[in-house]
Amino acid sequence: MGSITLRNVSKVFGEAKVIPSIDLDINDGEFVVFVGPSGCGKSTLLRLIAGLEDVSGGQIVIDGQDATEAAPAKRGLAMVFQSYALYPHMSVRSNIAFPLKMANIDKAEIDRKVNDAARVLNLTDYLDRKPRQLSGGQRQRVAIGRAIVRQPKAFLFDEPLSNLDAALRVNMRLEISELHQTLKTTMIYVTHDQVEAMTMADKIVVLNRGRIEQVGSPLDLYRKPANLFVAGFIGSPRMNLIEGDYARAKGAKTAGIRPEHIGLSREAGTWDGVVTIAEHLGSDTFMHVEVSGIGTLTVRAGGEFGCRHGDRVFLTPDESKLHRFDDKGLAL
Amino acid sequence: MATTHTRSAARLMMAPSVILLFAWMIVPLGMTIYFSFLRYNLLMPGMEEFTGFLNYSFFLSDPAFFDALTNTLLLVGGVLAITIIGGIAFALLLDQPIFGQGIVRILVIAPFFVMPTVSALVWKNMFMNPVNGLLAWIARSLGFQPVDFLASVPLLSVIIIVAWQWLPFATLIMLTALQSLDEEQKEAAEMDGAGFVSRFIYIVLPHMARAITVVILIETIFLLSVFAEILVTTNGGPGTQSTNLTYLVYAQALLQFDIGGASAGGIVAVILANIVAIFLVRLIGKNLEA
Repeated sequence: MGSITLRNVSKVFGEAKVIPSIDLDINDGEFVVFVGPSGCGKSTLLRLIAGLEDVSGGQIVIDGQDATEAAPAKRGLAMVFQSYALYPHMSVRSNIAFPLKMANIDKAEIDRKVNDAARVLNLTDYLDRKPRQLSGGQRQRVAIGRAIVRQPKAFLFDEPLSNLDAALRVNMRLEISELHQTLKTTMIYVTHDQVEAMTMADKIVVLNRGRIEQVGSPLDLYRKPANLFVAGFIGSPRMNLIEGDYARAKGAKTAGIRPEHIGLSREAGTWDGVVTIAEHLGSDTFMHVEVSGIGTLTVRAGGEFGCRHGDRVFLTPDESKLHRFDDKGLAL
Repeated sequence: MATTHTRSAARLMMAPSVILLFAWMIVPLGMTIYFSFLRYNLLMPGMEEFTGFLNYSFFLSDPAFFDALTNTLLLVGGVLAITIIGGIAFALLLDQPIFGQGIVRILVIAPFFVMPTVSALVWKNMFMNPVNGLLAWIARSLGFQPVDFLASVPLLSVIIIVAWQWLPFATLIMLTALQSLDEEQKEAAEMDGAGFVSRFIYIVLPHMARAITVVILIETIFLLSVFAEILVTTNGGPGTQSTNLTYLVYAQALLQFDIGGASAGGIVAVILANIVAIFLVRLIGKNLEA
């Protein structure tokens, strides 16, 4: 069980309205990712749900019960912090056992649960070490272990992978996804990295300046961004946003076309331009093409597309995949 | 790169300061050891003669010695207990966001800047005086008989005065330790269901272990040699009730003019201080390892 509903939740720090008002439904068993640029209020929102910050207005309902005023420990949620927040003077075993010890569970039961969690997370060999003797990924797993043993209604992750190196991050991303498959517990995950959001989420919540820009499945957001912000934020490299005559001809203030939806040719096409930068990644080539009257466009080509600075190329946008936005930035 | 050459050059350069420091330590120590084996009384100059361990046997068999030893340990232990418990309590309070935090912190630290003689005299005349003192006035206004602190509980009075001086130091160290505790750890513990007391016992106190160790070690060094507070308040009395080892050595040398006996006492005090130091380092030194 673990459905969470936010009704009209707002948060004010002094003069600053960090979160004006948010309504959100999180269903039981969902993997929800809050994503947005830094300072958009996503961590604050998570801390409001956790109870580490008091809401300035509105209501938080967990499993049908009003938890707005409940203490963090009473909400039945477990949190994994960005810094892991392991207790440095305790062994891995005591770290994982700490929430159980606080709940006055008897010793044998604690041992059993800790050993189970350690087995799931491959930590059995490290149970008697101190956190400082572990690598970053292992610390991360201890932090997750400490959350698992409580069997919470939902897990809250606050940018848990940002302190790991790139290779480990990919691994942990998979492990967390697998954990979600196994446990089927609600998870709320905060990140600024849209790749993490796209790969892990059942439902992505895009936040900007304390407002929800759009809620939907990763592919929904990719296919039908509700506004310019989401269009620019989701997808890598960013969507090309074109203003001016071309957009007006399509009946919009701004037209958007993703780099992967532009056809590339050396012979003929709608636009012609000059390559300014070509980034060869092996599997893909990202090219920045200067097109007169349109601006600089990012284009994705296959890895074999040999092309260098100064080359002349022709581009053809796939107009069925064109996104159109009005002068308020909303999708048409 | 530390080549043999640079290393010997470094030794050469270091030598003067090392020799100076060593001489500064070894000359007085050597002279004290030498005097401790002499019959050396300031009232009979020029009549020094070797007496072997006689000074030591007199000093160690003096009933005042055991009083002084107990008083020294009680003084150190009492002040440590008050300053550490009080220091943690004050640090916890000062860590809360309050109006006028900066001023309050300066006020708390202020006693540390008052010199020992002055603060002892202030306590003696303005607080503990049975006629004019603030404490006597409080006792009288509540209808009790005022207590003559320095006469009836002299050692406790000295402990209170010294603890008052050292409380700011302990508070300051504890406060910095408290402020270096990761906020996320406290939040994690809160989410793990730890109440205020559990958080304090399992998270805050272990985090402060190193700071507590530092306070114990530094304070012990200074508390073993408390002198000014005793001299200006009780003069070690009544009897030997508030005499510690330092004061006993002083009394031996400058009140009874017995330099030999005082030197023997000094050496005994040095040995005792080393025993305490070894004991402490064994007991809590591991907290200082990273």
